[in-house]
Amino acid sequence: MKLFWPGIAALSLIVLAAIIGTWLTPYDPAGFAVRLRFAAPTFLHPFGTDEFGRDVLSRVLSGAHLSLLIGFGAMLVSLVGGVPLGLFTAFNRGWGGTLVLRVADLLLSLPPILLGLLILAVTPPSTLKTIIAVGLVYIPIMLRLTRAVAMELLEEDFVQAARARGESAASILAREILPNAWPPIIVECGLRVTFAILLGSALSFLGLGPQPPASEWGVMIAESREFLDQAPWIGLAPGLCLCVLLVTVNLVGEGLRARLDPSHG
Amino acid sequence: MTAYILRRLLGVVAVVAATTVLIFGIVHILPGNVAYAILGEFATPSAVAALEVKLGLHDPLWLQYWHWLSGLLHGDLGQSLTMDRPAGPVIAEAVGRSAILAGFAFALVAVGGIGLGVHAATHAGRPADHVLGLAQLIFIGVPDFFWAILVILVFASMLGWLPATGYSPISDGFGAWVSHLVLPVLVLAVGLIAHVSRLTRAAMLEALRSRYVLMARAKGLSERRVLWRHAAPNAMLPAITILAIDFGLLIGGVVVIETVFAIPGLGRLLVFAIEHHDLPLLQAGMLVLTTIYALANLAADLAYAALNPRIRYTASA
Repeated sequence: MKLFWPGIAALSLIVLAAIIGTWLTPYDPAGFAVRLRFAAPTFLHPFGTDEFGRDVLSRVLSGAHLSLLIGFGAMLVSLVGGVPLGLFTAFNRGWGGTLVLRVADLLLSLPPILLGLLILAVTPPSTLKTIIAVGLVYIPIMLRLTRAVAMELLEEDFVQAARARGESAASILAREILPNAWPPIIVECGLRVTFAILLGSALSFLGLGPQPPASEWGVMIAESREFLDQAPWIGLAPGLCLCVLLVTVNLVGEGLRARLDPSHG
Repeated sequence: MTAYILRRLLGVVAVVAATTVLIFGIVHILPGNVAYAILGEFATPSAVAALEVKLGLHDPLWLQYWHWLSGLLHGDLGQSLTMDRPAGPVIAEAVGRSAILAGFAFALVAVGGIGLGVHAATHAGRPADHVLGLAQLIFIGVPDFFWAILVILVFASMLGWLPATGYSPISDGFGAWVSHLVLPVLVLAVGLIAHVSRLTRAAMLEALRSRYVLMARAKGLSERRVLWRHAAPNAMLPAITILAIDFGLLIGGVVVIETVFAIPGLGRLLVFAIEHHDLPLLQAGMLVLTTIYALANLAADLAYAALNPRIRYTASA
């Protein structure tokens, strides 16, 4: 995949648009305009207006940061949770490590969306909870990966040498294992963001994420279903933006893999 | 092999047992008053107290869990709060509809994904391969709920060929049954076909580069025989693993697609239970879904073992 740099450029543009869109939009994203309800896309309203006469472009822009936040936030949660636990299980072969590993395997034996639903089912939904739920779904995967990488490294001569020198476990971790373990972890993170955005937007679509009037794209698509016949642009605009974001993130993720993982040319 | 199957079945039982703890734990330990969640925030204290007694919420947690578990062991999945019916029959009806939906979609993914993957591999570098590669890139980037909106817009609203949403039982006529299933099955399958065909292509290319394929060709076997008797069976093994992984994604798709197309299956039922805070129904539905998933994984492993002559499971394996 030779589209890594175009992917990076496009992703930067999207991030920039999301940051600017949080404060600056052509119209007030929450501003009602009763006489302009269901206006088809025009020069003044490139994406048309919705059932309250709100400008769809402004809404899409002001909601862009939510999809990014959920995708990258969830990836961060799985990283912060999964990597230390993975290292722990690689080092600790006693009952503590085994217990953590068994719980991770149990979570892996659930379909991903089920775990997300379960966590979000009982408490009132919010953006932060979606991030945590999606992140929790991916912690066991990150844990397994980190453990596998660390176990392989533990057999290497330079780690054995460090052990023979009598270095502490913390020092071996920080100076021998982590610097060599990060490439596969970064690759996994890059690919994981795409899935996290997909799962997050699906949960939002089901009403378990950011709540209206937030203009998260999954929420916007869910709300647009009622008016699909008379004003399809209300759902098409956020949907197409979501597709562009997913393809872009995927390009960057695949590009990272091509660069860092020698087994994938 | 029998010993292996028995051992794996025990493993499924262990996973399901552990899942009951997990589901019960998450539902009951997460912050939020269950009775308030059911009755709404404007409930009177006396109504809340009455419901708490009815649900046995004043019992210690282990006792509540024990009541639930012993009910499960007696085949009692609990009582749905919103429908005032036992959860078991409600879930059984829903599972039937979901199974039809998922079954057709899965068959389509298996046949379409593997077929297209093999085709792309044997035509590597040719236009067909490039078209498929581009399609895969796009299809993976489109969320299934957005697919649903697109196909409803095109095939129901604009062309009027198929009904937009709803479910029609087969007893109301075969034509209506099929026409209500076409769009949801297509949407469920399309993303997974992209995924499966992409990985099948890679596996098939690897098989085609192997020495046994070179040998088969050197023997002068027909290209068809080389392809389907020598290369394809070896490429099938990774394909089965991928299909098993995709079954989990399929379950996720079912939850979303049933909601969009208003099909009263298990996925729609779970979302309904969440929306209406019907916790007994939610617990039972989740448990049934996890059990199905665990059994599907077992089936994939067994198919893998049956197809791969290099793996012969023994009692000690």
